[in-house]
Amino acid sequence: MNIQYLKTDFLVVGGGTAGTMAGIKAKQASPESDVLILEKANIRRSGAIAMGMDGVNTAVIPGNSTPEQYVREITIANDGIVNQKAVYETGRLGFEVIQELESWGVKFQKDHEGNYDLKQVHRVGKYVLPMPEGKDLKKILARQVKRHKVNVTNRVMATRVMVQNGRVTGAVGLDVRNGNMVVIQAKAVVLCTGACGRLGLPASGYLYGTYENPTNAGDGYSMAYHAGAELTNIECFQINPLIKDYNGPACAYVASPFGAYTANAEGHRFINCDYWSGQMMLEVYKELHSGKGPVHLKMYHLDDDTINEIETILWDNERPSRGRFHEGRGESYRTHGVEMNISEIGLCSGHSASGVWVNERAETTVPGLYAAGDMASVPHNYMIGAFVYGRIAGENAMDYVRDLEHVEPDAEFLAAEQARIYAPLQQPDGVPHTQIEYKLRRLVNDYLQPPKSPNNMDIGLQKFVAYEDTLDLMGARDPHELMRCMEVHFIRDCAEMAARASLFRKETRWGLYHYRLDYPEKNNEEWFCHVNLKKGETGHMGLFKRAVEPYIVDVDLVEEVYDVAVR
Amino acid sequence: MALTTQRVDVPVIVDESKCLEKCNACIEVCPLDVLVKNPETGKAYMKYDECWFCLPCEKECPTGAITVQIPFLLR
Repeated sequence: MNIQYLKTDFLVVGGGTAGTMAGIKAKQASPESDVLILEKANIRRSGAIAMGMDGVNTAVIPGNSTPEQYVREITIANDGIVNQKAVYETGRLGFEVIQELESWGVKFQKDHEGNYDLKQVHRVGKYVLPMPEGKDLKKILARQVKRHKVNVTNRVMATRVMVQNGRVTGAVGLDVRNGNMVVIQAKAVVLCTGACGRLGLPASGYLYGTYENPTNAGDGYSMAYHAGAELTNIECFQINPLIKDYNGPACAYVASPFGAYTANAEGHRFINCDYWSGQMMLEVYKELHSGKGPVHLKMYHLDDDTINEIETILWDNERPSRGRFHEGRGESYRTHGVEMNISEIGLCSGHSASGVWVNERAETTVPGLYAAGDMASVPHNYMIGAFVYGRIAGENAMDYVRDLEHVEPDAEFLAAEQARIYAPLQQPDGVPHTQIEYKLRRLVNDYLQPPKSPNNMDIGLQKFVAYEDTLDLMGARDPHELMRCMEVHFIRDCAEMAARASLFRKETRWGLYHYRLDYPEKNNEEWFCHVNLKKGETGHMGLFKRAVEPYIVDVDLVEEVYDVAVR
Repeated sequence: MALTTQRVDVPVIVDESKCLEKCNACIEVCPLDVLVKNPETGKAYMKYDECWFCLPCEKECPTGAITVQIPFLLR
């Protein structure tokens, strides 16, 4: 196994939604520059939207809504803890993204008069735009990447970001096919590696039966942390109402505009809004513990044509295997509700708010390091937000790199990283990564799954810290297994962050996402702030409060409490 | 460390009579990189039981040789 050296002006780590857009926009801004997308899979089918997407959830279309209205809705949904300037950009630039995607051949649903056929799923405002033909989205993006002459290196997984003299100088990766270590010098780096979707263990016990694409193991959270960047709102977990066992979305976003709704076992509504929020998840949690569970997405009252249409959308786009999941159980939407369950925990700003701290320019707190997509801290950003922040990162990075030179990598750093990556290969009879990962994620369930108890989380934290040594027991026999071993490192880092941040914020906020049994109330006097964390000088994880940026859109949070319960 | 090999029911089934020896389509698109060629037969198979049942392998196979089942634990 060798070391391969590469050089680029701008390195994009992760070629999913945000990453492909970052690469394209960087080349549009500076065609003469060299831009490289590094992807652990293959950009044709990678990331959260590997198989396409059946709709966008944050479309601010002129004439239907305004960026200000969107900022207001997300501010309330996220209990006030938002950088409004950052959320505003998603509202301001989202329409341009949609128009550009359309010019590339992506289809969005329109009504008979040719207007965008927006649906209301949020509490107030129409932001959901169906994409019944969204299955080719990733292929279209891959084609544009090629057309814009963005370089792509598939099957290389980044493991660390290089930082020298206070700025980013590149990244180190592992070629998961030939086992080479890849050292990439870059003047700026954007991390867009998606969520930490492999944090909790799904109830099925299958390690890869996750809501998120399981390639998204928290890589970027961990790499940003080790690069010295701040992370924020980590205690605001991602928890979703998913199809029990299948772990895909049930999916009220698609079905509710047709008349479907979330119901308890008696067939009654218990929430008045299906938009995913911690408050909504808390109502699901309460219902499941009330004796009226299980809860399900109810469609069997709809007529056959309507159900056929819903099936076509749900079975052809985001998770096309769900049709055969239902068939295998002999269940049909005509006769059965879709049984739902509370998912295991994850970290994902695309749905909640936990991510690497970025401002409205997609800048992290480390010069030259940008973040975008599910791992960057703009709350409820979903797919449109990932495109918008990919664009912002790509454009700003090309500005930033203009007068910069490459820096020779630090030999000592490379040697240490080389030793870390290849350690499991030195002991092929070490404990398999599957067992190490299973136990780690089972501990995450045991000690971090809300409602959160301080003593449990303390025990969990001690175990996650001690797990550093357990990772040394891992053995690997080929580059593929090495990749999985490195991912377990990412997951452990995220587990420790999740425990520390949850212990730090001594109040309850975001419904179930941060429901503390010992502090069951919201406490704005002490905790109307972000909880940020970063690696301290001594290598220890430091936590601190960061003030919420002044609002640019007035929201009266005392008056407008996010409440979706049916009473 | 003492190790053993456990049998597992894997989700990705390859019909070897249809799988083309010189084709890598499924291997190239799998996000989890779990498919490889059997060096002796040139046929693809699932080497690692790490499946998201996402279906690119099945959709991109030119001969329809691949069937993805829901993993047994979820079925």
